[in-house]
Amino acid sequence: MPALSPQAPPDRLTQHPSSPQDSATCDRHYKTLDTTLKRNHYQPDALIEVLHKAQESFGYLEDEVLLYIARQLKQPLSRVYGVASFYHLFSLKPSGIHNCVVCLGTACYVKGARQILDRLELELAIKVGETTSDGQISLLSARCLGACGLAPAAVFDGEVGGKLTAEDALARLQALTIND
Amino acid sequence: MGGYEPLYHALYELSSAAVIEEITKSGLRGRGGGGYPTGLKWATVAKMPGKQKYVICNADEGDPGAFMDRSVLESDPHRVLEGMAIAGYAIGANHGFIYVRAEYPLAIQRLTKAIQQAKKYGLLGSQIFESGFDFKIDIRIGAGAFVCGEETALIHSIEGGRGNPRPRPPYPAEVGLWGCPTLINNVETYANITPIIRKGAEWYSSIGTAGSKGTKVFALTGKVQHTGLVEVPMGTTLRQIVEEMGGGVAEGRVKAVQTGGPSGGCIPAVFFDTPVDYESLQQLGTMMGSGGMIVMDDATSMVEIAQFYMDFCRGESCGKCVPCRAGTVQLHEMLTKIVNHQATETDIEQMEALCQMVKEMSLCGLGQSAPNPVLSTLRYFKEEYLARLRPEVETFATAKD
Ligand SMILES: Cc1cc2nc3c(=O)[nH]c(=O)nc-3n(C[C@H](O)[C@H](O)[C@H](O)COP(=O)(O)O)c2cc1C
Ligand code: SF4
Ligand code: FES
Repeated sequence: MPALSPQAPPDRLTQHPSSPQDSATCDRHYKTLDTTLKRNHYQPDALIEVLHKAQESFGYLEDEVLLYIARQLKQPLSRVYGVASFYHLFSLKPSGIHNCVVCLGTACYVKGARQILDRLELELAIKVGETTSDGQISLLSARCLGACGLAPAAVFDGEVGGKLTAEDALARLQALTIND
Repeated sequence: MGGYEPLYHALYELSSAAVIEEITKSGLRGRGGGGYPTGLKWATVAKMPGKQKYVICNADEGDPGAFMDRSVLESDPHRVLEGMAIAGYAIGANHGFIYVRAEYPLAIQRLTKAIQQAKKYGLLGSQIFESGFDFKIDIRIGAGAFVCGEETALIHSIEGGRGNPRPRPPYPAEVGLWGCPTLINNVETYANITPIIRKGAEWYSSIGTAGSKGTKVFALTGKVQHTGLVEVPMGTTLRQIVEEMGGGVAEGRVKAVQTGGPSGGCIPAVFFDTPVDYESLQQLGTMMGSGGMIVMDDATSMVEIAQFYMDFCRGESCGKCVPCRAGTVQLHEMLTKIVNHQATETDIEQMEALCQMVKEMSLCGLGQSAPNPVLSTLRYFKEEYLARLRPEVETFATAKD
C-alpha cells in the first residue's frame, strides 16, 4: 500500500466549499474534521468515524463535506457517498433546530408508539423523516433506544422521555420550542 | 470481586489450549442468537494459520426490544474487556474491536473509560501482567443499520465500508477482518467467560439443561407488569418468567410472547410450560435470539405484529440480494392488504409460498429469517388472519359454520 502521507498539506483552503453557514463557524467545523482525520492517520477504514464527526459538527452531511472527506481520505466520492447513504444515522439533508425521535421498536410499538407518531405527524403537519416548514422540528423514528422498560419512549433533543402519551409528547415538543 | 484475576490465572496457569478446553467443557453457546458452541468456534480460529488474528465483540444489539447487552456494557464493561482478552490469549490474537451501536452513547462512554483504566493498570496493552501477552482493544461505532449485527456485515462496517453481508463460507473464523482469521462473539458470551475461568467448567455446566448451559438474560417488555431484565438458569419455563417474575399483564390475559426479534416468532400462552432452551424454542418455531421477550395481550393483533416486523425487515434489508430486497416489500404489501381487509384466502396461500422462497433463497440471516414472524403467527393465530379477509369471504366462512 502506498504510504498515505498524513502530512499532505490540506488543500481545503483552495477548495473551500461555499456553505450556507458563515465562514468562521464553517472554518471551525473543518478544523474539527481535520483533527479527526489526522488522529485516524487518514486511513480509509476510519470513514464511518469521520462521517460521525462531520455530522456532529456540520449538523448534516452536505455534498461539499463528503467531497472534502473523499479527497482527504483519497477515496472515490462514490465510496464515501455509498457509505454515508447506507447508514440510517447519517443525514444528507439539513435537519431542524430541534428534533424528536419516536421509538418504533417492538416494545414501544406494542405499547402504542405508532399512534403517538401518527398524532405528532398530524399536529406538525409533516411525515416522519421530515422537518417542519419553519425549520424548527425534525420528526424522526428509531428502531429501539434500549429503553424498552420505559416504553413507549421518545428522545427530545437528546433527552429520553418514557411511558409517553401523545399529549405528553406534544407538551414536550412545545417546551422545546418555547425555551429558545 | 476479583476483577482480572481470571485473566491472570489464564495467562500464568493455563495454556491457550487449556482455556479453550475449559470453555468447550462448560458447554457455553453463543448468546448472540445462533447458539453456536463457543469453545468450538474458539478452537477453529485458534487452529487457523497466520500470525495476525482478531477478536471482535458484537455489541450492535439490533433486536428492537432487547437491552441486555446495553446493561452489561454500562454496568460492567471490564467484564467484557476481560472476556475478550482471555479469548485473544486463547486464539492467539493481540487486537480486539468492540462494535457498539451509536444509539448507546453511555455504553460507549463507559467502555472508553474502562479501556483507559485497564491500560493504565497494565491490564490491557503490552505485556499484560508482565507476561508475554499483548492485547489492545479499540471501539468502533455503528451508524444505525440492523444488518450490521450480521457478522460479515459487521466486519465490512469495521473496515469502514457499507454493511453488506457476503456469502459464508468462508466464515470469519477463516477469512475475517482484513482477510485475517477472526473470532466474533456477542457481549453476553464474553461476559460468561470470566466466571467459567474462575469457577471452572464443571460449575458452569451444572447450571441449565442438557443442551443449554448456564444462565440467560432476558429483556422482559411489552404488556407485562414488571418490565426489565431477568437472568434465569436455562430451562426456566416461560410461565415462571412471564407470570411469576413479570407479574403477567395488568388487565386481561397474556396472549403470547415474542422471542428472537425480527428473526423469531411468537409463542402462544398454551406453550408457557416449555423450558427455555435453544432447542425447545426452535421446535416451537421461534428462537432464543439475543434475549428480547415481548409480552402481548389480547389487545395486540398478531397480524399487525407480523406486518410490523416485515416493515422492519423491509427497511433494514441491505438490498444486496433480490429475494430479500423484493420479497420483504412484497410480503409487507400482502400483509397490509390483509390488515386492511382486502385479501382473500388465496393471498394467504401465496404469501406462505413467498415466505418459503425468501427463507430459502436469501443470502444472509436477515432475509432467511424475515418470514419467521409471519410463519409463526400463521401457525398459531391463523384465525386472526382469516378474520381479516375480505368481508364476503368472511360471510361465507360464518355461513358454513
Ligand atoms: C441480521 C442479523 C442481525 C444480527 N444482530 C446481532 C446483534 O445485534 N448482536 C449479536 O451479538 N449478534 C447478532 N447477530 C448474530 C451474529 O451474526 C453472530 O452470529 C454473533 O455475533 C456470534 O456471536 P455468538 O456466537 O457469541 O452468539 C445477527 C445476525 C443476523 C443475521
Ligand atoms: S438477505 Fe437481505 S440483508 Fe441479507 S444480504 Fe440479502 S438483501 Fe442484504
Ligand atoms: S423498543 Fe422502544 S426503546 Fe426498545
